[in-house]
Amino acid sequence: MTTLTTTAASPGMRRRAASFLHRHGGVRLSLLLSAPLAWLGLAYLGALAALFVTAFWSTDVFTGDVVKVFTWANFTDLVTGEVYRTVALRSIGVAAAVTLIDLVVAFPMAFAMAKLASPRAQRWLVIAVLTPLWASYLVKAYAWRVMLSSDGVLGWGYGLTATVVTLSYLWLPYMILPIYAGLERLPNSLLDAAGDLGARGWRTFRTVVWPLTFPAAVAGSIFTFSLSLGDYITVKIVGGKTQLIGNVVYDNIGAANNLPFAAAVATVPVVIMLVYLAAVRRTGALENL
Amino acid sequence: MRSPRPRFARPSLVVTAALALAAVAGCGGGSSTTGGGSAAAPGGGAFTPPKIEALKSLGPGEGQVNLVAWAGYAEDGSNDPKVDWVHPFEKATGCTVNTKTAGTSDEMVNLMKTGEYDAVSASGDASLRLIASGTVAPVNTDLVPNYKDVFEGLKLKPWNSVNGVAYGIPHGRGANLLMWRTDTVKQAPDSWGVVFDPNSPYKGKVTAYDSPIYIADAALYLMSAKPELGIKDPYALDDKQLQAAVDLLKQQKQNIGEYWSDYTKAVQSFKSGDTVVGTTWQVIANLVEADKAPVKTTLPKEGSTGWSDTWMVAAKAKHPNCAYKWLDWIISPKANAQVAEWFGEAPSNAKACEQTSDKSFCDTYHATDEEYFSKVHYWTTPIAQCLDGRTDVKCTDYSEWTRAWTEIKG
Repeated sequence: MTTLTTTAASPGMRRRAASFLHRHGGVRLSLLLSAPLAWLGLAYLGALAALFVTAFWSTDVFTGDVVKVFTWANFTDLVTGEVYRTVALRSIGVAAAVTLIDLVVAFPMAFAMAKLASPRAQRWLVIAVLTPLWASYLVKAYAWRVMLSSDGVLGWGYGLTATVVTLSYLWLPYMILPIYAGLERLPNSLLDAAGDLGARGWRTFRTVVWPLTFPAAVAGSIFTFSLSLGDYITVKIVGGKTQLIGNVVYDNIGAANNLPFAAAVATVPVVIMLVYLAAVRRTGALENL
Repeated sequence: MRSPRPRFARPSLVVTAALALAAVAGCGGGSSTTGGGSAAAPGGGAFTPPKIEALKSLGPGEGQVNLVAWAGYAEDGSNDPKVDWVHPFEKATGCTVNTKTAGTSDEMVNLMKTGEYDAVSASGDASLRLIASGTVAPVNTDLVPNYKDVFEGLKLKPWNSVNGVAYGIPHGRGANLLMWRTDTVKQAPDSWGVVFDPNSPYKGKVTAYDSPIYIADAALYLMSAKPELGIKDPYALDDKQLQAAVDLLKQQKQNIGEYWSDYTKAVQSFKSGDTVVGTTWQVIANLVEADKAPVKTTLPKEGSTGWSDTWMVAAKAKHPNCAYKWLDWIISPKANAQVAEWFGEAPSNAKACEQTSDKSFCDTYHATDEEYFSKVHYWTTPIAQCLDGRTDVKCTDYSEWTRAWTEIKG
C-alpha cells in the first residue's frame, strides 16, 4: 500500500517540478549554475583573494607569526630586488620557449591525426597522446633526469635547456589535443579548394589552416604557458642550479615560513597570465574558441 | 635498504625537506663555549629559567601520553609495517601514544604552549625558548634508567641544559660530510676549500645543499679562511658576515653543477659522475657506495654542520609518568637503534650499537666517536638576537638568509 502511494506520488511531484522549472527559466538556470558558481566564487576566487590580501601582511621576525597589518614592504622588496626581476624574466622565457617548442611539435602531429590518419588510427593516436598523462609527473621528470645525466642516453647535463626540454615533453599533450580538436572542425573541402585554386602546402597552411586553427593553438598555449610558469619541481629535478618563480615562492613559504612574501611573489605569475590573456583577447582568438 | 630519513625522504614533496632542515637540529656551536641561545636568552646558559621542579619519583602510568615529534621519530608501523617502536612501547607500559607531527620549530613551541602535550622532540633552536618560557621542566635523569648509557658528548650541552641542570634526553645526531668521487678527485681533500675554490678543477661538477641553511656551511669555512671577519658561530652572522658568506657562495655558484635538496637526487648524480665533490649525508654516501660508485667521505678540518635533537617534558604535563616512560623507551638500546636506522643518524645510546640490524651501523655513523662530533656545529635557526652572545649588533634572521639564498641562486 505504502509503496503504491509513493510510486504514485513521486511521478506527480516530478512532473510538477519539471513543469515549474519549464515555466521559470531563471530558477532553472540558477539551479544549474549554483554549484559551479559557488566553486568559482568561494574556492577559486576566494583563494586568490586570500593570496592577494596575505601579500600585504608581514611576519614577526621572532615568533614567525603573520602580522596582519597592511604594508607595501613585500612588493617594494619584490620590485627593487634585481634578482626577482631576473627570475621573473627567466620564468617567462622558459614558459615562452616551452610553448613555442610544443607548438612546433604539436601542430604536425595534430594535423596528421586529424587529416591523414584513418578514423580507427585516429582513436589510437588520441589514446597514445593521452597515455603519458597516466604516468606520474614525478616519474616522468626523474626519467628525464636519468636520460639527461652524463652517463644517460642523451647526456646533455642539467640546466635551463634541460628544464625547457623536460617541460616541453610534460605539457605536449595539452597542446596537441586542442589543436587536434580545432583541425578536426576544419572542413577537408577547404583544403581541397585551396589545392584546386593552385595553393601549395605552405600557402594553404598560411592562408587557410593557420587562421582557422589559431584559436585552438592559443588555447593550447594558455595551458603550456601557465603550467610552465608555475612549475618548480621539474626545475628542481633537472634544472641544475637555476631557479624559477615557483622556487622563490617555495623557498619563502617552506623554509622561511614567510607566507606574506611568498604570496607577494606568487602574484607575479598571476599578473603575467592576466597580461597574456589580455594580449590573447586582443587578437580575437578567445571569441572563436 | 631502509627508507632513510623519512623527514627528507619524499622527493619533490620537498616542503618537508627544507622545513625540517632548518628546524632539525641542535643549538649553534657544538664545540664553542658560547653555546646556543634563544631570543629570550641570548648567549644561552647566562639566564635563569623559571623555577620548576623536576619529577621526584615515578608513579604508575596514566594510560596515555601526548607527544609532539618530528616525522620519523615516533613510528607506529603506518609508514612501514616493519618500522614500529610505538606499539611495543604501548604494550610494555600501557601508555597509549598520541603523536602530533610538527613541521617547524615554531610549530613545536606553539603546540607545547597549548599545554596539551606531555613531551616534545625539540631541536636546538626551540629547546632554549621552551626552557626560558617555563614550558618544559627539568628532567630528573635518575628516573630515566637508560640515560646512563647516553654518550657523554651529548649530555648537559648548551641546547639541552641550563647551569648544569638537564632539561632533556638526547635523541641522536648526525653531521654533514664532504664527499668526493675517488676516480676524478685524485687528491683526497681535507678541507671545505675544495668546494669553494674559485679555480676549482671540478668546475661544473661541484654540488651544494639547496637550502638557506647552507649559508652556515660557507660561514663555517670563513671562520678559518677569513678569521678577520670574526665569525664565532656560523649561525650568528651580522650583516657584514652574512654578506661575506653570500659573496663566497655566489663565487661558488660558478663551479656548481647542481644544488640538491632531496637525497635521491644527490645519490644519482654522484653515481653518474655529474657531481664529483660536495656536501652530503652519511646515508647518501652509504647508498652511493651500495651502488658500487667510488666515493669517499670525510669530516673536513674546519669541522662541519650537523644536527642533534632533545626529548623534553612539559612543565604542566598531564601524563608525566608515561612521558618519562617514553623518554626512557626512545633511548632504550632497541628503540634508539630502530629510530637511528630509520632516520639515518647516530644513536644517542651507546648500547644501541649492539641492537642495530646492520652491525656496522654505529661505525658508519661515527656514533661513538666523540672527537668526530666535537667538530660538528649543530644546526640552529638563525634569529635576530645573536646566538654567539654578541649584544652590540643585530644578527640576520632566517628570512634574511632565505632572501640571500634566492639572491645567490640568481
